[in-house]
Amino acid sequence: MRIAAPLLASILTLIVGSIFFASLGHDPLPTLYAFFVEPLSSMNGLSEWLLKASPLILIACGLAIGFRANVWNIGAEGQFTLGAVAASGVGLFWPNPESLLLLPLMFLAGMGAGMAWAAIPAFLRSRMNTNEILVTLMMTYIATLFLSYLVHGPWRDPAGFNYPQTALLPAAAMFQFFDPAYRLNSSIFITVVAVLLMWLFTDRSFLGYKMSVSGAAPLAARYAGFRESAAVWIGLLAGGAAAGVAGMAEAAGPLGQLSPQISPGYGFAAIIVAFIGRLNAFGIVLGGLLMSLLFLGGEGVQMTLGLPSALTRIFQGILLFFLLAADFFIFYRIRLVRPATDTHAIKAAR
Amino acid sequence: MHPRLELRNISKRYPGVVANDDVSLTIQPGEIHAVLGENGAGKSTLMKIIYGAAQADSGEIYCDGKLITAHNPAMSRALGIEMVYQHFALFESVSVVENIALSASSAFDLPSLAENIRELSLRYGMPIDPHRQVHDLSVGERQRVEIVRCLLQAPKLLILDEPTSVLTPQAVVKLFDTLRQLSAEGCSIVYISHKLDEVQELCDTATVLRNGKVTGTARPKETTSLELARMMVGSKLPEMHVSPAAPSERPVLEVRNLSASARDHFGVDLKDVSFNVHGGEIVGLAGVSGNGQAELIALLSGERRHAQGGAIKISGMPAAALRPDERRKLGLAFVPEERLGRGAVPSHTLWENAVLTAHRFGTVRKGLVDRRRASAFAAGIIDRFKVKANGPGATAQSLSGGNLQKFIVGREIALAPKLLLVSQPTWGVDVGASAFIRQTIVDLSRAGTAVFVVSEELDELFEICDQLLVICQGRVSPPLVRASTDREEIGLLMTGRTTSNDQKGSGSVALQD
Repeated sequence: MRIAAPLLASILTLIVGSIFFASLGHDPLPTLYAFFVEPLSSMNGLSEWLLKASPLILIACGLAIGFRANVWNIGAEGQFTLGAVAASGVGLFWPNPESLLLLPLMFLAGMGAGMAWAAIPAFLRSRMNTNEILVTLMMTYIATLFLSYLVHGPWRDPAGFNYPQTALLPAAAMFQFFDPAYRLNSSIFITVVAVLLMWLFTDRSFLGYKMSVSGAAPLAARYAGFRESAAVWIGLLAGGAAAGVAGMAEAAGPLGQLSPQISPGYGFAAIIVAFIGRLNAFGIVLGGLLMSLLFLGGEGVQMTLGLPSALTRIFQGILLFFLLAADFFIFYRIRLVRPATDTHAIKAAR
Repeated sequence: MHPRLELRNISKRYPGVVANDDVSLTIQPGEIHAVLGENGAGKSTLMKIIYGAAQADSGEIYCDGKLITAHNPAMSRALGIEMVYQHFALFESVSVVENIALSASSAFDLPSLAENIRELSLRYGMPIDPHRQVHDLSVGERQRVEIVRCLLQAPKLLILDEPTSVLTPQAVVKLFDTLRQLSAEGCSIVYISHKLDEVQELCDTATVLRNGKVTGTARPKETTSLELARMMVGSKLPEMHVSPAAPSERPVLEVRNLSASARDHFGVDLKDVSFNVHGGEIVGLAGVSGNGQAELIALLSGERRHAQGGAIKISGMPAAALRPDERRKLGLAFVPEERLGRGAVPSHTLWENAVLTAHRFGTVRKGLVDRRRASAFAAGIIDRFKVKANGPGATAQSLSGGNLQKFIVGREIALAPKLLLVSQPTWGVDVGASAFIRQTIVDLSRAGTAVFVVSEELDELFEICDQLLVICQGRVSPPLVRASTDREEIGLLMTGRTTSNDQKGSGSVALQD
C-alpha cells in the first residue's frame, strides 16, 4: 500500500494530464512524450534532470525528518533563499576571493542561515506554542523580500547595467562542473551524502526513533520521557539546514549570482517530494526525480508546443491531490448511508 | 411467544481463525443472558454479529420471530438492539450531550436532551453532567455515557460488554438493580463478563464460549463457579500463589504531602497525598475512576512534573521534578492504563515498541538502534509471557488488548525495576492472562521490587495487595492492611463517607510539562 498509492497517483496524474492536453487542442500521446521522454533523450537533458532533482531531494530529506515527528516546516523556500543569500554574501565579500576555504565557508554560511531562519519558528513553537506551519510560511515572504531588497539595493552589481542582480561569484566560490557544456556540478554529491545520512538517521538512529515516536504517538513519547521540544528543534533545524545548503548549492552552481528569482519553487515542491517518497530516504530520491522531470517537461512543452508555463504547477498540484486522495481511500471507505427509520423516539422519562 | 432473539448456527471465520463456529442461542424477552468466555473465545465477534457490525458467514438471526436480512447497526437500532462496547465510541472533543445527539436518529433539541440525560442518569444511579467534554472524563465516566446513551433509546435488547469493571461494589449493586428493573420492564439483556460471581448473581442463563464454540449453557444461579470456569477455560484454572511479603526496611517510593491542582477544571486536585511503598510489597490504590488516580499516576510516572522535588522520592532520591526517563534511571518502570498510544505506539512493530523503554538495556548502542538485539528482546518477552503475536515484527495494533498488555507488562518487568507502577493491570484481559499477569506481579514483588497498583477492580486488589489505599476526591486514605480490612470498609472509603475531617491542601502548583 505504501508503494501502491504513489504509483496510482502518478498514473492518475498522467491520465488527467492527457485529458488536459486534449482540451488544449494537443494530441495527448505526443504531448506526453514531449513532456516526459524528450527531456531525457539528450545529455543536456539528463544533466538538467539531475541538476533540478538534487535540491528537491536534498530539501525533502531535511523536511521529512520533521514531518515524521509531525513538525510541519512549510517554509523551506525561505530557508533556501536565506541560505543562498548568506552563502553568496560570503562568496562576494570574503577578503581573499581565491581562498580554497571559500566554498566550505559558503557551505557553512548557507547551512547556518537556513538553520537560523528555521530556529525562529522552532523557538516560537517550543516556547510559546505557536503554529509552525503559519510561522514558517510567513517567514518565506520575509526572506524573498529581503533578497529582493539586497539585489535591488546594497548588493546590486555596479557594473550590471542596473539589473537587479549581484556581481558574479568568483571562480573559487563555484562548484566544479563535470563538463563545461553542462550545468551539472559536484554539489550533487552533497545530496547523495544527505540521502545516506537521512536514511541512517530515520532508519537506524535512536534520535530518529524518538522523533518517529513523537510523530506517531505523542502520549507514548511523553510516557517514555522523550522531549517534545527536542523533536520540534531537530525537525525544524534539519529542514532549515538542508534547505540552506540547497540554496547555497544553487547560488554556487547553476546561478553564479543572486537575482530576485533564484528558486523555481524548490522549497514548496520539496514538500510534495517528501510525501511522494513516503518520508523515506530512497523514496524521496524517486520522488525528486519525478518532480524534476515535471519541471523539465513543463519547460520543454512550453518551448516546443507553446503550452503555458503554469502547466508545471498544475501537474504538481494534480500529483499531490491524487496522492493524498489515494492515501485517504486506503484508510477510509465512502458509503452512502440512509437514515434508519427509528420507531423508538427518544423518550427518557418513560 | 417468540424469543426476543434467536441465533441459529452462526459461523464466522476470519483469515486464519474461526471466530464463531456453529453458535446457537436463544434469549427470551426480559431475560438476562450471560455470554462467558476468555478473550479470543469469540464473544466480541458474536456481539458484533448480533449488533450487525459484522456479518455471519452462515447461520440466521431472528428477532421476535422474524428473520433479519441485510443486517447492520442502523437496522439493529431500529429493532431496539443497543450495545455498550468495551472500547467506547465517543468523540473526545465534544460534550456528553453532543456525543449522544450524534447518535440520535430522530429529531432532538440539545437543552431537553441534556435534561433527559441528567434525569435518566440520576434515575439509574450514575450521574453525569451532560455538558462536560468527553476528553475530560475518566474511563469509568465514559462508560456511564455509553450506558445512558443506550438507555435513552428505550431498548428491547441491551448488550453490555464487561460493564462493571469500573464501578464500586455499591455502584455494581445499583447497576444490577437497574438491569433487573429493565428486565422486569421486558428488556432483554446480554451480559458479557468474565466475573463469575456477578454472572451468578445477576443472570438467568449463561452461554459459555471457548475457541468460537459453545461449550455449554447453564443456569448460573444453580451452577458452581468452578464448573462455569472449567467450561470457560477448558482446563484446570491457574492458582495464585501469594507468599507473605517481606518488606524492605527503607521505602523505595515515598510520597510526602503531594498536592497538585488539576490540569483542567474537570480534573481532581490532589490534596496532601502521603504514602510509602517498600521493596517486596504490593500496595494497591482503590477508588472509583475519576477521583484523582490519573493525576497521581502521571505525577508518579513523571509524565507530569512537580516543582517540589522532594514530594516524591524514589530510593531516597528526590524525583518529583524529574522527567520519566530520568526516573527510569532510578529504577522506575510503569505500565499505563492506555496500552495503545501511551504504553505502545500503535503503528510500530513490537521490537520498535521494546526500544521505547528498553533503550538502556542494550537495544541502543552508540546512538543507533540495534535491531537484532531489540528483536531478540521482544522475542524474549513474547516467549516468556506467551504473547500471541506474529513475531517481533508484528505491529502493536495487530495484537488483541490482552496480548498487548502482556507484552507491555513483560517489557516493563524485563527492565528489572526497583519500583513498578501498574495502572489497571488486567483491564479487558481474559481470565487466564489476568491470573498470569497478577502472578507475575506478585513474583516480581517477592523478588524485592516495590509495586504500586492502581485498579478499579477490588477483587484484583484483594487478591494481590499487601496494603490498600483508597483515593476519593483527590485524598488518599491511610494504608489498610489487606488481611484486616474488607470490601465494605474499602467501599465506604471509596464513596468518601468516612473522610469528614477536611484538611486544607497546600497551595503548591504543579509544573505543566
